[in-house]
Amino acid sequence: MSERPLLSARGLTKYYGERLGCWDVTFDLHEGEVLAVVGESGSGKSTLLGLLATELAPSAGAVHYRMRDGVVRDLSELTEAERRLLLRTDWGFVRQDAREGLRMGVSAGGNVGERLMAVGARHYGNIRAAASDWLARVEIEAGRIDDTPKSFSGGMRQRLQIARNLVTHPRLVFMDEPTSGLDVSVQARLLDLIRGLVAELGLAVIIVTHDLAVARLLSHRIMVMRRGRVIETGLTDQVLDDPREAYTQLLVSSVLAA
Amino acid sequence: MTTEQPLIALDDVSKSFTLHLRGGLELAVVSDVSLAVAAGECVVLGGPSGAGKSSILKMIYGNYRADRGRILVRDGAEVVDVASAEPRRILALRRDVMGYVSQFLRVIPRVATLDIVANAARESGIGQQEAMERARRLLSLLNVPERLWQLPPSTFSGGEQQRVNIARGLAADRPVLLLDEPTASLDAKNRAVVVDLIHEKKRAGTAILGIFHDEDVREAVADRIEDVTRFASSRAA
Amino acid sequence: MSAAMRDDLPSPGATAGKETDAYNFAYLDEQTKRMIRRAILKAIAIPGYQVPFASREMPMPYGWGTGGVQVTAAVLGPEDVLKVIDQGSDDTTNAVSIRRFFAKTAGVETTTKTRAATVIQTRHRIPEEPLRDGQILVYQVPIPEPLRFLEPRETETRKLHALADYGLMHVKLYEDIARHGHIATTYAYPVEVAGRYVMDPSPTPKFDNPKMDMCAALQLFGAGREKRIYAVPPHTRVRSLDFEDHPFRIQTFKQPCALCGAEGVYLDEVVLDDRGGRMFVCSDTDFCEERRAAGHQGMMVDPGASDPSPEGEGGSRRKARDGWGEARHAARAGKRAAPSDGLRPPPPPYGGGSSDLPSDTAAEKREVVAKDKAGETR
Repeated sequence: MSERPLLSARGLTKYYGERLGCWDVTFDLHEGEVLAVVGESGSGKSTLLGLLATELAPSAGAVHYRMRDGVVRDLSELTEAERRLLLRTDWGFVRQDAREGLRMGVSAGGNVGERLMAVGARHYGNIRAAASDWLARVEIEAGRIDDTPKSFSGGMRQRLQIARNLVTHPRLVFMDEPTSGLDVSVQARLLDLIRGLVAELGLAVIIVTHDLAVARLLSHRIMVMRRGRVIETGLTDQVLDDPREAYTQLLVSSVLAA
Repeated sequence: MTTEQPLIALDDVSKSFTLHLRGGLELAVVSDVSLAVAAGECVVLGGPSGAGKSSILKMIYGNYRADRGRILVRDGAEVVDVASAEPRRILALRRDVMGYVSQFLRVIPRVATLDIVANAARESGIGQQEAMERARRLLSLLNVPERLWQLPPSTFSGGEQQRVNIARGLAADRPVLLLDEPTASLDAKNRAVVVDLIHEKKRAGTAILGIFHDEDVREAVADRIEDVTRFASSRAA
Repeated sequence: MSAAMRDDLPSPGATAGKETDAYNFAYLDEQTKRMIRRAILKAIAIPGYQVPFASREMPMPYGWGTGGVQVTAAVLGPEDVLKVIDQGSDDTTNAVSIRRFFAKTAGVETTTKTRAATVIQTRHRIPEEPLRDGQILVYQVPIPEPLRFLEPRETETRKLHALADYGLMHVKLYEDIARHGHIATTYAYPVEVAGRYVMDPSPTPKFDNPKMDMCAALQLFGAGREKRIYAVPPHTRVRSLDFEDHPFRIQTFKQPCALCGAEGVYLDEVVLDDRGGRMFVCSDTDFCEERRAAGHQGMMVDPGASDPSPEGEGGSRRKARDGWGEARHAARAGKRAAPSDGLRPPPPPYGGGSSDLPSDTAAEKREVVAKDKAGETR
């Protein structure tokens, strides 16, 4: 219980000019923990994700991350090369829109192999073997390895994104509404797959979602955001079953069956 | 020495709900709950429905938050106050120390029944092979037909799902077991099986705190009954 | 048609002195040449790095070598001897036009002999004869950015170069192998220069890639439309990218040149008739002529069987060449030599008659390979 956190956010604040993106967010994330950030659109949850993933620069506050070598680094002090290496080795990012997370004109195998090639893999046979292994793990048929994601369904594209991200065995994966826009049955299968992989690989995950059922199924902890602020945090089942804040109660009561 | 210390100890625990959506209406549930459960002991919470029995179990499990007081759960040499612990400390307690069984099955789709039960055992640190053996034994004892074992339980009847859930809840070896009416609406034969299994757990030294509506089950398993009505909140209407 | 033949240029009938009076030396003004030379110096200092430059309008359309012409204009001196080749040939329209352009605007001596030239402007070939110290090879480049088809954002490709972040280049090669079983990129095959920058060697056949490595001549690349100049200094390592289990290799040809009998050179296919008759001849016309002048003979010195005059006599060789010159052009516009490894042939120079812009055609062909990748990346 005393181990150092994998990621620590302290006082993270982001203004877009006059407009507040998110304000004074502080939390720790440990290895293997799944944190759901929930809230309506405009609540600041995507801004927070962008700050954590170093895609946005904070107006105030800092994010520290314990790198693979055990050294804790202030992410704002990474060089661009270090940042990119981190993003495609120890981190993953599964996006809502697969077209942003995949190369749509590159084959499934090439999509999965890209991270390996980016870190220096130069043996085609090995890259391909790793790609087909990962495609199998995300339940994409072996025969589709040379097809581009253009020919894939929405659910397959999301699974391909997951394979593409996990091939370098990241310790932390960001997910931005990974299941929204999918049919309910496809959602269930994807959630099931994510849940299995997260448990099996001991991944730490920060997942942004407006869907409390997704949060319930995947996450250990929840942060509820409203108007850029974190208004309630706690164990997922605690926040959903015994919500304290008026807004959280409203969110929970608005859901048919979370 | 340490065995004499209770595994669960509640110390002046109070709980109320504030319903913001109904004009901030405050619902007092319980106040100043103090009780303890020792290893090998089965304590049953008594009182009419609405008295807050289930809320007490949920507070111990960390599912509900306590407004005041301490909820002490012993994890080996360490005593953890669930009421103030970090979420990840509570998760660790759930993994290593506390099990919770309700009458409702909530599982992920697509996982086979046998694996659901076996996985529950493995989560508490039991090896794969023994976990499978336990799962088979529990499912047979609870009369879940073997032809269903490889299927996900989502299509099962209510009674079958409930029994899968009990098997799942009892598969693990954890020092503390919280039972929230697991036998509700079970038939007599299966109730008797659950009673036997609870006795088995007690003999193994598990501290059990439970809610049982059936008189016969309560009589059979309870070492003592704590009447929750005495914790009724003074402000309660 | 070609730039140098435009009506608004002075008449070729003027005296040599007048010609250079009419234009500043080598057409461009001195300020422009200085600007380009600065870019060239920077490019030489950072081998393989694409240096932006203020590309000028030239009296020819983009795609006809505006970049190469500007680089040539900036490096050319009055004592230089200029050779211009297009797909290895000295006698195609583009090559003739550019040669005449500089003959007129700079008054420099021109040649078709690789050995005699000090500056060689080329489109899509490197001469077969090894280049020597002191020579400058100027490439016409349609699309200088090797990462372009996978990453459309210029801001991002610049960052990738800055960070030597070249995994993407291998994604392209991976896709080749996945689709074709081997690296099917046969021209514009990406190279790593001096162990640092990845560079597009312009649409030369990959056959020529090894010639770039440790080349004694200075290699300059000019892309007029894209406004980039890059360079490989003499004696610099140029390595073709590949996979450990799919190493880089060049095309080989089953047969020698039908005219001069040369082996181990790059051949063009020439269609002889409409009954499937064809022959393979050196793409490098100067090299081929020199060999024949030295007495080498291929299997088919007189394909039309209409000229019985004995080989080894200059006139008839010239005549033979003239005789099938048209056919050769037509053939170049369509099919190219099919290398024995069955790889995709290099782009035709004039787009099979459908396009007037040779370099654009090359770019289009390249897009066939990389088409799916273009504009679809994140």
